[in-house]
Amino acid sequence: MSDVRDVIIIGSGPAGLTAAIYTARASLDPLIIEGEPSSTSDQPGGQLMLTTEVENFPGFPEGVMGPELMSNMREQALRFGADIRTEKVTRVDLSARPFGVWIGDPEAAEPTYRAKTVIVSTGAQSLMLDLPRETELIGHGLSTCATCDGFFFRDQEIAVVGGGDSAIEEATFLTKFASKVTIVHRRDELRASKIMQDRAFKNPKIEFLWDTTVEEYLFDEGPLGAKLRGLRVRNVKTGEDAELLAGGVFIAIGHRPNTDLFKGQLAMEDNGYLITGASGTEMESATDVDGVFACGDVQDHTYRQAITAAGSGCMAAIDAERWLEANDDIDQVRTETNW
Amino acid sequence: MAATTVTDATFDEVIGSADEAVIVDFWAEWCGPCKMIAPVLDEIAAEQAGKIKVVKLNVDENQDTARRFDVMSIPTLIVFKDGQPAKKMIGAKGKGALLEDLAEFL
Repeated sequence: MSDVRDVIIIGSGPAGLTAAIYTARASLDPLIIEGEPSSTSDQPGGQLMLTTEVENFPGFPEGVMGPELMSNMREQALRFGADIRTEKVTRVDLSARPFGVWIGDPEAAEPTYRAKTVIVSTGAQSLMLDLPRETELIGHGLSTCATCDGFFFRDQEIAVVGGGDSAIEEATFLTKFASKVTIVHRRDELRASKIMQDRAFKNPKIEFLWDTTVEEYLFDEGPLGAKLRGLRVRNVKTGEDAELLAGGVFIAIGHRPNTDLFKGQLAMEDNGYLITGASGTEMESATDVDGVFACGDVQDHTYRQAITAAGSGCMAAIDAERWLEANDDIDQVRTETNW
Repeated sequence: MAATTVTDATFDEVIGSADEAVIVDFWAEWCGPCKMIAPVLDEIAAEQAGKIKVVKLNVDENQDTARRFDVMSIPTLIVFKDGQPAKKMIGAKGKGALLEDLAEFL
């Protein structure tokens, strides 16, 4: 039987690491399960590991590289004694306290870790088109990360699917390498911010295919797997199909929250986002399970910024600490926490 | 033996002259996930010396070889057996998952 921790934090993006810093400074000895290395956003550090310059996080007048920002947050958490494990949660049991968290075999009888409170900060991942062979084509011409893979499409024609800030950002970045970038968007106007739209419209290498959906990936079979050569697209106004040839295709149509682990255990919206702050307890990050808190993109489909994630991570930490205090679960009596 | 470096110029020779399976690690300085799996590959190279050899190819400096094998995302690992590409693995993963992928060569 493992020791019961005061706090376990699942996820290590800006939300999770800010919660780590605050709970560590509150002497709650938090355990952070940061994830395992990967090439997707499902890795220690989260979505910002896939970006280059972050220009809008306050405090960095020259901008900061995403991985560098996350590395600094991690180091800051470690400085205050956070216990960070490079592991991936495979199952949770939030039906009773202490809560159970599994690493490795989810069928194991006993959880790997137990805690009085859990802070969920598992973030979100890129939505995909869910077309045939999509998973196989990732890395073979299909990508969700312009900064990671743009390099390989020098002087080629590239397609970016999407119409929000991410799509425009990816497309603009890709013009560094591509001969031409075509943005494929299913409507006739972008939902991206004005400043991003202006940048895209002014860029001579960017073209738009409006009112266009993607119907199929076009690829060739090779000895080491399929290789993407373009898209079959459809104009939703005329109903006509066409072929868009592209050396590379980048998907930027939005995100879905990483809440599979919590299905049936935590209240969530239809789109999977965790519901927080609804119980009227004045705890913004409280989920519908007493003692479980959520922060960052996993519970936010409105703002989804690094700074709002970090802010909500701080709130979750304070909520968890107050909850522990109210439930008389903290050994030391403290008059006021020095955050 | 830790991973050694291979270039556009030395690639064919290194692959052709190996008896054991060769994992070619396509990486770059700006690739975070590439750096995360580097120590894992070093460990595997040391533990499985004789059965498998790990060589690293920097794609910034050796674009010809990267293009030759259709490398479009990194990290990409290609296992060569008897001088021929036998398996392509894309993306960073933990040691357990990597060893599973390499099982047939060990």
